[in-house]
Amino acid sequence: MATYTLNINGKSQTIEADSDTPLLWVLRDTVGLVGTKYGCGIAQCGACTIHVDGEAMRSCSLPISAIGEKSITTIEGLSADASHPLQEAWRQHDVPQCGYCQAGQIMNAAALLKNNANPSDEDIDSAMRGNICRCGTYNRIKAAIKTAAKI
Amino acid sequence: MVKKKYKFDRRSFLKLSAATGGGLMLGFNWSSCNSPQDVRPVKVMPKEWYDINAFLKIGDNGLVTIFSPNPEIGQNVKTSMPMIIAEELDVSWEDVVVEQAGLNDWFSRQVAGGSQSIRHGWKSLRMAGATAKRMLVNAAAKEWEIDPSECSVSEGVISNGKGDKLTFGAVAKAASTMDVPKEEDVVLKEAKDYKIIGTDRSNVDIDNIITGKPLFGIDTKREGMLYATVLRPPAFGQKLKSVDDSEALKVAGVKGVYKINLPLRQGPDRTVDKVAVVATSTWAAMKGKKALKAVWQEDTPLENTTNHKADLTRLVNSTAKKSVRKDGDPNKAFAEADEVIEKVFESPFLPHNCMEPMNFFAHVQADKVELVGPVQTPAWSRDRVVKMLGWIDEFDPEDKEAKKAAEEKAYAKVDLKMTRMGGGFGRRLFGDFVMDATQISKVAGAPIQLIWSREDDMAGGTYRPAIHYKLRAAIKDKKITGYHLIEAAVNDNMWASLAQSFPASAIANYQVDNHKIESNITTGAWRAPYTNFLASAEQCFLDEVAQKIGKDPIEMRLELLAEAKKVYDQHAKLEEEIKDEEKLKVAKKGLMPKGNYEPDRFIAAIKMARDKSGWNNKASGSHLGFSAYYSHNTYVAQVAHVTMVDDKPKVDKVTCVVDCGLVINPLAATNLIQGGVIDGIGHAMFGDFGFENGQPSMDNFNQYRLIRMPEAPQIEVHYVNNGKSPTGLGEPTLPPAGAAIANAFHSATGERLYRQPYVKESKVLG
Ligand code: FES
Ligand code: FES
Repeated sequence: MATYTLNINGKSQTIEADSDTPLLWVLRDTVGLVGTKYGCGIAQCGACTIHVDGEAMRSCSLPISAIGEKSITTIEGLSADASHPLQEAWRQHDVPQCGYCQAGQIMNAAALLKNNANPSDEDIDSAMRGNICRCGTYNRIKAAIKTAAKI
Repeated sequence: MVKKKYKFDRRSFLKLSAATGGGLMLGFNWSSCNSPQDVRPVKVMPKEWYDINAFLKIGDNGLVTIFSPNPEIGQNVKTSMPMIIAEELDVSWEDVVVEQAGLNDWFSRQVAGGSQSIRHGWKSLRMAGATAKRMLVNAAAKEWEIDPSECSVSEGVISNGKGDKLTFGAVAKAASTMDVPKEEDVVLKEAKDYKIIGTDRSNVDIDNIITGKPLFGIDTKREGMLYATVLRPPAFGQKLKSVDDSEALKVAGVKGVYKINLPLRQGPDRTVDKVAVVATSTWAAMKGKKALKAVWQEDTPLENTTNHKADLTRLVNSTAKKSVRKDGDPNKAFAEADEVIEKVFESPFLPHNCMEPMNFFAHVQADKVELVGPVQTPAWSRDRVVKMLGWIDEFDPEDKEAKKAAEEKAYAKVDLKMTRMGGGFGRRLFGDFVMDATQISKVAGAPIQLIWSREDDMAGGTYRPAIHYKLRAAIKDKKITGYHLIEAAVNDNMWASLAQSFPASAIANYQVDNHKIESNITTGAWRAPYTNFLASAEQCFLDEVAQKIGKDPIEMRLELLAEAKKVYDQHAKLEEEIKDEEKLKVAKKGLMPKGNYEPDRFIAAIKMARDKSGWNNKASGSHLGFSAYYSHNTYVAQVAHVTMVDDKPKVDKVTCVVDCGLVINPLAATNLIQGGVIDGIGHAMFGDFGFENGQPSMDNFNQYRLIRMPEAPQIEVHYVNNGKSPTGLGEPTLPPAGAAIANAFHSATGERLYRQPYVKESKVLG
C-alpha cells in the first residue's frame, strides 16, 4: 500500500491504495464516486471514461500510480449543477435507456467538444466509437452531441 | 404464471408501505434541481405523507409519490407505468415523484420479461390511479356534504361546481382513512381525455443518470460491506478438483476464500463449482482471484461448436416424430410442386453482454436476508434463496395451504430491493448471481457485494442457443402451395405459439417440426427468444421465394395475408352462426386454425412501411430490403435502406413501422424501438460465439464485437396509432431487423446470406 494525493473534481484527496489499483476502483470503492462505471476492464467499452487534465481516459486501465499531479474530473464533477451543455442536451433528447453507459458517453463527448466545437457526423462517429451502448442509443447520443455543440 | 387480481384494500397496501420504506433515496434527486439557471420546477417535500393505496401516497402539499412496481432494465417502465397511474389519478405530472417498489406479493407479475409489463399492467395501473382519485373525491364530497357525483377533478384539484375547490393535499389525510370504493364505482377515463398518456415525458431518472448518482446494483454500498468475486470453471462440463488459495490469501485486502456450489440453469440436479474471493475492495478481490491456483477436471463431456453444427445439420435434415403444427397435406403439396425451394439458416450462440455485469448485494443473517440489485425476476430469486438457505419449513406436499404458509413464513425474512439495471436482455431472468451472492454472504458471515468481471459474465452465460432452421416452399403455378419449417436447437425448442406465426394460416399446406440436442452449456432467453433468429430466417426466405416467383416481396406478403384473412373470416362467420360453444368447436374442426396474429393489423403496418419508406419510388443508388414480424403482441414492419460505399453495402437508414396499440410515452417508445433495431442489426452482423472443449471462444469486448456508433444507421420510427390497448416494445422490433438488412444487401449485391454473423459469411461485408 502507498499513499497518493489526488485532485478529483477540484478537491484534493489522500488515498491509500496498491500502486497497480486502477483509478476506476479507487473512485468507486475508496472515494465513493460511483458514477464512473465498470464495463470491461480492458479499455474496450468506454463506460469508465473520465478526464485527466481535460483529456478523455479509460479509468479501468489507468493505475493510480500514473496520475501524479494531474487533475481528474468524473461525471459527478462535470458541472456543479447538471448544466453542462451535454447534460442539457441529454435531457432534451432523453438519451438514456438503461443509462449504464451514459456517464462514459457524456465524458467522452465532453472531451470531443472541447477539442472540436462543431464536430461533423464523421468526427462524432470516430470520437465515439470506443463507447459501447448495448441498448443502442447511438441515434440520440449523436443528436444530443450536435445539440450541445450549439448551446 | 398464476394471474392475480389486484386488490385495493388498505390491509394489503399497508403491508406494502412498510416494505417500501426508506424514503425517496433512489427516486428523485432533489438537490440537482436547485440551480439558478434551472427552469425545471423545484419539488418541495411535504410535511406528512398519506398512504392511499399500494401504488401511491400523497403529501399534505399535494405532491404524489408513485411506486413503480416492475423492474427497470432500460425499457422505461419506471416512467411509463407511473404515467398510467398519474393519468387516472388526474394529477399534474410535475407533482409526481417516482420510487421503485421493492418485491412485494401485493403486486402481480413483478417481472421484466416478454415485453409484457405495460400490456399486463394496463388495467390494474389505471384502476390504481382511478381508485385513489375516487377516494379523494369521496373525502372532498364528505367535507362539502354533497354527493361525490357533483365533484369534478382536474390536475390534483377537486371542484364542487359551486366555485369551491379542494386540492389533493388538503383531502389526502381524510382520503387515506376512507373505505376503498367498489370496483364498479370506479370510472376510467376515455382516451380522448388523456393528458399524460400519449405525451412525451422524460425518463424519471434522467438527472440522476447524467450526474452519475448511485442508481444501479453495482453502486450499492453498506456499512461493513465486503467485495466478492468468483472463479468459475474455464469450460462447461468441468468440476473443481482442488484449489490452492495460499497466494490469494496473501493479497492485501483479501479476507477469505470459499468454495461454493450452485445450481445451473439446465437440469434440476446440475450444479457448478465456483471459488469465491472476499476482500475489502473490488480490486483486491480481483487480484486474489487471479492468485488462486485451481485444478479442474472433466465432469461431463466437453463440447465443441463444430460438433453442435454437425448435429444441428443432421437434425434439420431428419424427420420429426410429431409436428408442432400441421395443416392440409404438406407431403402432397411438395410432391406435386413445380419447384421446391429449400434453404438452411444458421445462427451461433450469443451472450447477453449487459453493460452492467452481473452483480448483487446480499447480507444473510440468522433470520433475515437483505438482497439488493439488478434482477428481472425478483420473486423467482427470492424463492431460490429461501430454499437454498433451508428456510422453508417442512410441509405435507399434498396440503396447498401448508405449502403457502411455509413459503410466506420464509418470504417474510427476505427484503429484496430492485435497482435500476444496466440492461437485462433476458440474462437477469436467471438469478444465479443472486444465489452466488447469498451463498458467499452466508459463508463469509458479512454483507457482500458480488461482482462478476466482464470475463465471468461473458463466459458464464445463459446463452441464446445456436439454432438452425430449414425452410422449404412448394411452388405451383407461381404460388406457394406448401411451407415447411424445421427447427434444430440446443437445449430448448421454440414455444408452440411461435408455430402459429405468419405465414401460418396463410398457406393451405403448412408444417412446423422441431428437434433438439441436449447440451451442458447453459442456455436461456435472449431478447426476443427464438424469434430473434427465426424472423431472420423466415423473412429472408420469403424474400428469396418472392424473387424466385417474380413477385414484389411486399405484395407477396400482402397476398398471403389476404389468404389468411379468408381463414379468419370463415372463423368469424361460424362464430356468428353458431352460438352453442360445443357445436362451434366441432364446426371449427373443419377449418384451418387461426394464427397468433390479426391479419388486418399486420396488413396496415406493412402498407404503412411500404408508403413511408418510399418502397415504390426509391432514389437511384438506394437499395431496399423488407422484413415484417409479429411478436410479443406487437406488429413491426421494416425497410432497410442501403447504399454502396467503396464497393461495400452500408445501411444508412431503417424505416420502422410499429403497431403497439396506444403509445404511452412516444419519447421513450421511439428510443426503445431505435435501440431494438440497432441491436438486431448489430447481432445479425457481428454477434459470434462458440465453444472449444467446453470453453467459450471469447470473453471480452476486444474479441466479441458489438455494434458501435459508426455502424448504427438512422432509425426512422412511425406508429400505426390505432388506439388499441397498449403492448410492449422491449423485444418486437429486434427480430425483423436481421432480415431487413440481409434483404437490402441482396438488392445491392445479389448475394444471399444464410448464416449469422453476416460479416463472417459475406464476401463483400467481411
Ligand atoms: S471499463 Fe474501462 S473501457 Fe470498459
Ligand atoms: S443506455 Fe444501456 S448501455 Fe447505453
